[in-house]
Amino acid sequence: MKGSANGMRALRGGASRYSIFALARNALSYHENWQKAWRSPEPKPEYDVIIVGGGGHGLATAYYLASVHGVRNIAVVEKGWIGGGNTGRNTTIIRSNYLWDESAGIYEHALKLWEGMSQELNFNVMFSQRGVLTLAHSEHELKEMRRRVEAIRLNGIDSEVMSPAQIKQLVPIIDTNPGIRYPVMGGFIQRRGGTARHDAVAWGYARAADDLGVDIIQNCEVTGILRDGGKVTGIETSRGTIKAKKVGVVTAGHSGVVASMAGLNLPIDSRPLQALVSEPIKPCIDTVVMSNAVHMYISQSDKGELVFGAGVDSYNSYSQRGSIPTVESLLAAAVELYPIVSRLRVLRTWGGIVDTCPDASPIISKTPVDGLYFNCGWGTGGFKATPGSGHVFADLIARDEPNAIAAPFSLKRFETGYLIDEHGAAGVAH
Amino acid sequence: MLHITCPWCGPRDDNEFHYGGEAHILRPATPEKLSDGEWAEYLFLRQNAKGPFLERWSHSAGCRQWFNVVRNTATDEIIEIYPMGALPKSAEGIKAYEGNWRRQSAAEKNAKAGVSGT
Repeated sequence: MKGSANGMRALRGGASRYSIFALARNALSYHENWQKAWRSPEPKPEYDVIIVGGGGHGLATAYYLASVHGVRNIAVVEKGWIGGGNTGRNTTIIRSNYLWDESAGIYEHALKLWEGMSQELNFNVMFSQRGVLTLAHSEHELKEMRRRVEAIRLNGIDSEVMSPAQIKQLVPIIDTNPGIRYPVMGGFIQRRGGTARHDAVAWGYARAADDLGVDIIQNCEVTGILRDGGKVTGIETSRGTIKAKKVGVVTAGHSGVVASMAGLNLPIDSRPLQALVSEPIKPCIDTVVMSNAVHMYISQSDKGELVFGAGVDSYNSYSQRGSIPTVESLLAAAVELYPIVSRLRVLRTWGGIVDTCPDASPIISKTPVDGLYFNCGWGTGGFKATPGSGHVFADLIARDEPNAIAAPFSLKRFETGYLIDEHGAAGVAH
Repeated sequence: MLHITCPWCGPRDDNEFHYGGEAHILRPATPEKLSDGEWAEYLFLRQNAKGPFLERWSHSAGCRQWFNVVRNTATDEIIEIYPMGALPKSAEGIKAYEGNWRRQSAAEKNAKAGVSGT
């Protein structure tokens, strides 16, 4: 561990570490001398790699390019502020209980990175393995669930079926009365799943990437992708032209817009996805409960707000606001399953725009343009994949070849027909 | 929430309707003559426009009729509603139709060649 100027332990690039001692030391100066977590540099004329999109996935990509592959001349360009898109709009659920081997590969890769992330980044991302429980509301759903549990376990991922009695014990506020409209027939749980603090993920990766020399350039919107003879040469932005040998695009929601700047079409529809939180109340649910049949899931934030997520809206839109009937049906299901929420007030609702793919699996791929890479199509569930997505995308950009985890998620699968249909496992939890 | 005017039933809330996605995707007449990539363009690739977008809706909880809509996906403003089988008449709609990459795609050319019997 390298020493910093003041003799305290430092991050790899030299920034001082966050610790109980740093907290105590800064308390002596009334917390007025904390160093900025990342710089706000002017863009350089040229970079080896530019990452378009300063969300969790983009910042993770930059961090792993610097830390794993030793690339030093990197910029992340973000049209707004980092973590202000879907990174700041999701409901922070993390799990890896997907059906197919390809999905298990990437989501479990991500989950393993989550387990060490706070230590690696020296930033508390508040990763809480509180378990993710998925409910079954019919005999058929329960049978299908048993099949999934076995498939998931064959991939070495923890998963177990729960009876209604076990569910009632774990989640006392749930109504397990068999007479309700959507009775709880059972469920399955991934105990290693859970939640994390979404902003902290963006900030942690940004700080660690900045420490390794990555330029994080905010308020810089990409307006064009420069090419010369089928090879990418840079980007046009609202802050001028920036040249680059390679460009990685990670702009969930707007991937189609950026792709069209390079003359590419994607198999993606951009749609609103909504969530809402209640007023804060005392702790009453210490796990995550999803219900795919009624398109609703619930968890409780550390602030005490109940966090509800809905299903994706049916129509394409970039307006970042969804349809009221979607929220109404979410709340109807919530009141039915958790009667205590009926008297709570909704504090706020919001929407984000998600890239939905025909097979509900992401795209991590080279493109017909040399040096231009896309990481998109995470649909309703990209947050959970943040570290794994960044890790394999960095590898793809550095080596210009996908590794075994990323390879199945190539754009080519739409030509070969090798789709990875995860509509069932993608469910609604994001 | 969208407020959609069904050509037969009048203005209704969007939860009475079923969304049909991008309009004017013609099925190739002789798919065996297309490459896998050209077939994938027809089957999977979408316009996904930010701005005026041509799309299909069905009044599934009403008269169950299908129709086309020109809607600005950046603002959710509905610009024009027109019948199935017709083309848009508004300036935005015409621009969106003609500017779509699909008009030049091999799959659409194949479909049109099949329809005209050539």
